[in-house]
Amino acid sequence: MTTATAQIGTGERSAVRYGSIARGRKRTLYWSYFFLILFVIFFLMPPVYMFITSLKTSAEIGAVTNPWWVYHPTLQNYIDLLSQAQFLTFFKNSALVAVIVVSVTMVVSIMAAFSLARMKFWGSGTLATGVFLTYLIPESLLFIPLFKIFAFIHDLTGIELINHWWVLVFLYPTLTVPFCTWIMIGYFASIPKELDEAALIDGAGYIQILTRVFIPVALPGIIAATIFCFTVSWANFLYPLAFTTSADQLVLPVGIVTTLIKGDVYNWGQIMTGALLGAAPPLIIYAFLMDYYIAGLTAGATKG
Amino acid sequence: MAEVALRNIVKTFDRTPAVAGIDLNINDREFVVLVGPSGCGKTTTLRMIAGLEEATSGEIYIGDQLVNDVPPKDRDIAMVFQNYALYPHMTVYENMSFGLRLKKFPKAEIKERVENAARILDITNLLDRRPKQLSGGQRQRVAMGRAIVRNPKVFLFDEPLSNLDAKLRVQMRMEIKKVHQKVTVTTVYVTHDQIEAMTLADRVVVMNGGKIEQIGSPNEVYHRPTTRFVAGFIGSPAMNFLPCRLVEGSNGSAGLSVKLSDKLTFPVPPDRVGRYRPHAGRELLFGLRPEDIIEKRGDLPPGRTAFDAQLDVVEPMGMETMVYFLVDGTEVCGRVNPAVAGKPGETMPLVADLNHMHLIDPKTDQVL
Repeated sequence: MTTATAQIGTGERSAVRYGSIARGRKRTLYWSYFFLILFVIFFLMPPVYMFITSLKTSAEIGAVTNPWWVYHPTLQNYIDLLSQAQFLTFFKNSALVAVIVVSVTMVVSIMAAFSLARMKFWGSGTLATGVFLTYLIPESLLFIPLFKIFAFIHDLTGIELINHWWVLVFLYPTLTVPFCTWIMIGYFASIPKELDEAALIDGAGYIQILTRVFIPVALPGIIAATIFCFTVSWANFLYPLAFTTSADQLVLPVGIVTTLIKGDVYNWGQIMTGALLGAAPPLIIYAFLMDYYIAGLTAGATKG
Repeated sequence: MAEVALRNIVKTFDRTPAVAGIDLNINDREFVVLVGPSGCGKTTTLRMIAGLEEATSGEIYIGDQLVNDVPPKDRDIAMVFQNYALYPHMTVYENMSFGLRLKKFPKAEIKERVENAARILDITNLLDRRPKQLSGGQRQRVAMGRAIVRNPKVFLFDEPLSNLDAKLRVQMRMEIKKVHQKVTVTTVYVTHDQIEAMTLADRVVVMNGGKIEQIGSPNEVYHRPTTRFVAGFIGSPAMNFLPCRLVEGSNGSAGLSVKLSDKLTFPVPPDRVGRYRPHAGRELLFGLRPEDIIEKRGDLPPGRTAFDAQLDVVEPMGMETMVYFLVDGTEVCGRVNPAVAGKPGETMPLVADLNHMHLIDPKTDQVL
């Protein structure tokens, strides 16, 4: 555009050159593709390497061959792992923890966010900020005091809170609830005030406003929070490492590392297979919910 | 069947008064429009009738019931919001029936009421759509439909047309009037647009600074404003205000005249002399609407006075032309026939119709 204007201004060339916008766009696209491909390579290399290694025998992994190629592909690692009762226990523990944590977190944070975003009460602003500040405290700082609290409860009541998978259900919400509440406060706050006033006049109470207006309208936000919450509780490593020790109480991330590494013997094939299988559920949930998420965003956007 | 009554209503937000003591009686089936500039307290008043705001003091009655402590859902009112406030995840049918479904009405009755309202509003073919798929005007109809199906005692409208473009606004204004003629329900309508107020209202309530300036029929507030604010707010273009002095004697007789400048003096029409006599000699404010300053043609009927004006700005509007000229530094607007309108800088003979003049006491801002 600039060149075209300049040419008209100087009058040296009578013909205006068109297509400069398309050229600019082309150049931008080249660069976009360049960086996108760079990032894709960067981020996909580890999973691809995991996949390749998971198809190799221990002998081939140990041998000096091209690490990016499988000469004798085998599914033995998968068969071994999936036939181990232990690995399936890890899977089951992880799944139970994730499902319970997601349910608890979503119920708590949706209700908390609704009251903080809409029902103005004394101290609601401070509380909302407090929720966010809680999220800013890293888990690596929290687990020692939490451990102390559990020990204290044990001394007081005799309830054993260490070395049970279900203890994680109490621990993970310290990470998920503040963040999900914060996300949901933002989502709920973006819903126009008139919408709840209209519902109020239509005869809805607070619970009905929440369930019949806010939750459906904020569904994309709720799904985003759910995905986050599931990922955190599925992938957390530090808490289960610190709070669970018996093999039958472990969850996947810790289980794979502690049972497949024996001393200084690394069973790389099974480690990679376990990691790959462990990464599958979040991936599947992402894929499924992302579709739903996008569908929710675009529903009714086109005129009929 | 419901009257609405406000008794000395006050609303303060953090000690700032938004509504400073309002008394208002709205008759059954009456269409009342609250009009005023932004921040005059009209929307707050409406929201207090709806129950969305609590009155700081005073009493609100709907029907015979004191509703100060009654929640909105039990006040039997319906409200149409400025941005429509349609539930985005529901179809038009679901939007309109939401209130009835919450109240657990039988399905058949809900269907009948929604379809009836849809017929009135001509949106029967839109019932399966979602709000996103509707145009502004259609959304407005749905919002009204949601109010109609409830069959409430009182309709409340909060600037319902201000999000529409000018052409659609005129059309929807007529629609609202039509709907009110079909569904005669007590209606309180808030707007900052004085044309909407004039066209829709049985009675207009002009508000300013949290107080009511004047209550009256559209013609009353237009032709017989009681305060300077009402005189200036109602009417477009606005009334011309000029500082003047009321002096004794006109044409050598016992009358009065309004002296606007050294060159321009208008005689007061004889029927008003008695009314203005006590103020003779005072500095006052002279008010005259643009349509009462027209081009000179033929003989002058009584009460009209001719004068020459040097035009400053000329605005052709099509059916008429606005001419602006200066009187002692104050811009004055007149409305003349486009065929005879002069050009800027030219001198044009004009006529002022003083039968419609107003004199305002600048101390009290009351129209004399």
